[in-house]
Amino acid sequence: MPKVKVDGVEIEVPQGATVLQACELAGKEIPRFCYHERLSIAGNCRMCLVEVKPGPPKPQASCALPAAENQEIFTTTPMVKHAREGIMEFLLINHPLDCPICDQGGECDLQDQSVAYGRGHSRYAENKRAVTEKYMGPIVKTIMTRCIQCTRCVRFAEEVAGVEEIGAIYRGENMQITSYLEEAVSSELSGNVVDLCPVGALTSKPYAFEARPWELRKTLTIDVMDAVGTNIRLDSRGRQVLRCVPRVNDEVNEEWATDKTRHAVDGLVRKRLDRPYVRRDGKLHPVTWDEAFAAIAAVDHGGSVAAVAGDLVDCETMFAAKALLKELGSSLLEGRQTGMDYDASSLAAVNFNTTIAGTEEADAILLVGTNLRWEAPLVNTRIRKAIKKGAKVFAIGPETELTYKVEWLGADLAVLGSLPERVTEAFGKAAKPMVIVGGAALKGAHGAALALVETLGLVKDGWNGFNVVHMAASRMGGLMLGYAQKAGISALYDAKLSFFLGADECDHARFTGFKVYVGHHGDRGAHHADVILPAASYAEKSGTYVNLEGRVQRGERAVFPPGDAREDWTIFRALSEKLGCTLAFDTIDELRAAMALDCPELATLGLKTFAWNPPALGGTAEGVLDGYPIKDFYLTNAICRASPTMQRCSAELVHGESFAEAAE
Amino acid sequence: MADAHSIPDEAETRARWGAFQWNDDSRAKRDAILGRYPKGREQSASIPLLDLAQRQVGAETQTQGWLPVPVIEFVAREIGVPYMRVYEVATFYTMFNLAPVGRFHVQVCGTTPCMLRGSDDVLAACKNKGLIKGKTTPDGLFTLTEVECMGNCASAPMVQINDDNFEDLDYDRTVAIIEALANGQTPKPGTQEPGRHTVEPKGGPTSLTAMVTENHDYRGEWA
Repeated sequence: MPKVKVDGVEIEVPQGATVLQACELAGKEIPRFCYHERLSIAGNCRMCLVEVKPGPPKPQASCALPAAENQEIFTTTPMVKHAREGIMEFLLINHPLDCPICDQGGECDLQDQSVAYGRGHSRYAENKRAVTEKYMGPIVKTIMTRCIQCTRCVRFAEEVAGVEEIGAIYRGENMQITSYLEEAVSSELSGNVVDLCPVGALTSKPYAFEARPWELRKTLTIDVMDAVGTNIRLDSRGRQVLRCVPRVNDEVNEEWATDKTRHAVDGLVRKRLDRPYVRRDGKLHPVTWDEAFAAIAAVDHGGSVAAVAGDLVDCETMFAAKALLKELGSSLLEGRQTGMDYDASSLAAVNFNTTIAGTEEADAILLVGTNLRWEAPLVNTRIRKAIKKGAKVFAIGPETELTYKVEWLGADLAVLGSLPERVTEAFGKAAKPMVIVGGAALKGAHGAALALVETLGLVKDGWNGFNVVHMAASRMGGLMLGYAQKAGISALYDAKLSFFLGADECDHARFTGFKVYVGHHGDRGAHHADVILPAASYAEKSGTYVNLEGRVQRGERAVFPPGDAREDWTIFRALSEKLGCTLAFDTIDELRAAMALDCPELATLGLKTFAWNPPALGGTAEGVLDGYPIKDFYLTNAICRASPTMQRCSAELVHGESFAEAAE
Repeated sequence: MADAHSIPDEAETRARWGAFQWNDDSRAKRDAILGRYPKGREQSASIPLLDLAQRQVGAETQTQGWLPVPVIEFVAREIGVPYMRVYEVATFYTMFNLAPVGRFHVQVCGTTPCMLRGSDDVLAACKNKGLIKGKTTPDGLFTLTEVECMGNCASAPMVQINDDNFEDLDYDRTVAIIEALANGQTPKPGTQEPGRHTVEPKGGPTSLTAMVTENHDYRGEWA
């Protein structure tokens, strides 16, 4: 723990800290462009220069200089001020003065820092060099003349995304950042380079020229595109969500978000259900809420009522539906729309017990039937980190590109019963072994995977290495609220009255009874419905979500639902009155109190740990996996299917269509 | 101008070079090159392998050689690194040609010492022989490039043609070299100054004269 003096104030810094980090600990702001906490140190922008004693009598790049015992660091001396002004002047030599038309304006590091540390005027009268635009795919727009070559995007692609397709070509003044041969960057995390870019060289293509940051109302909420529960901020203006950016949460998403999280928001204003509909003579007719409720009340269900939870719904919605069904005398609840029927009696056996952040510490990892890159991209980045620390990764399933080196053990699940020696050897030596079971394997190999807990020693003191990856934001919450039948969704097919809570992925035609769709998009579920009740999307309601590791998180409402649409729980509350069994909550707080009584884990936010008492299931697994559940990463739910950006991503990055751009 | 020449990646290039493989000669060299680096450090072989590939392309096309994109990708696969990483190296070094060149790649140094010693005359000679900067002559023989310092300042001005340096040039000597090459002859590389062998000073040494015949300790004489 070296002791250093920063501007005369002595502080103790952690071993291995850099001078820049020491200054931050001392509360001094050090301007920087290339340095980023989550990327390797490049030291090429030189903006973080400080004066250090003892040392050469010149400014030092603080980001790459280790803090040493008895070092004296000065951040306010004339030398430092002069150095910063000089660097800023160099950086601005070739930077265009196009802030008024630049999307980064208002949240630009270069803008802010040139105001704070620059000279205030330019002495440079020569021509600036210009660089042509580069094509980087449907998400990232480039204006490369603005690039200051900090190489953050290059390091991100290499280190975090694991897709080494961005690089710096040529040299000296001709150096340019580009994707390989200007092809689209094939990463589902490519949107993060937009946030990383300290200037306006890489900006968001779908959001181009949409808004200025100071016009936007910022709402903190939780993403529902996958089960990771990415912490996001929705930026809205008026009634429209214009963009989605990640928030920092080291336990969940660090500061990344997938392209789907970021850019599915333009689907929120398309194909929306904004009024109730009732099917008459085979066609859906717009009606009033009263007429819609009357149509439902007319159904003679005799207590045979079912509710199917969609992938995007919050716990409040599921609880309201559950409460209504209870009043009607039914408990036919299910959320696993694709027909999964794994044993959900013990939540620990279907949870990501290691936790997302804990994944980094694992030293031997076995992936069973999971394409993590698509099922939970931000868990995949954690595995990359674990590999960097020396973890070995084995995988069972059809071979696919996971962005890191994997030893494939074939697609036959039977291998779980007789793991090759090299696997058992690696796990035998591992202090923190980890097995991750994906959706493809849950069906036939849940029991066999649970048996590995014994044979591979996955559960130890302070470590639980058994993990299940879910793909739906509502899954863990649904399992906690009892949305699981022993026979899976087929137990619901014969219900006389079925509620679909934004459920678009199930086989609606198999449901024989009266179908009520409560959701926000005119997608598959709505096409089959007898009554459509327009509800709110995740951006339009405050909701509680449980992510795949059992972390209870709550999001706030960013905008109001369109037209006559209402928040889901209020729909069930109003309907219950019409059905003559009024639910006992009138406000969301009352609902949450009732939900907390029903499921105490949902009462408080934060990570919940479930007691480890796995069910005894059969230990053998058979069958060859022929694919993974997610066939198209960009089109997994109703919101992304309505999003033009996601459709474009799907066409270009998954189906390989070419969108060669005309020169702009 | 920040945009250097565009890199040919058309269907023709892919069709012509997509099946690039080492020939027997190169394969032996490849093995020797890779043998120099420890396992897991194959990326270190990027530059020598790119050079080897460029030379093989040169041999196949009867030119000085260049690096078509499929060949760069081939080298990347050879050493198991992403295409982008090798591509960056190939674009960084000016010794790698990203577009086809002629049989003789004439690289005229135009940096200050050479310029002071008459590199303008050298360029004028090239121009009058029909060489145009950045272009290949119609007969496919010469490609002219102006480059930065090649480290031959003591015998400036100089040009590098393929792997040989020609130093102490003036207008006539440059013309003579170009004509000799065009006629299929092999002009003497190195200095073109009669009586000069390498870069020794004209008329004998002018400094460290006491060191010419024997070792001499100057330290006592430092004031």
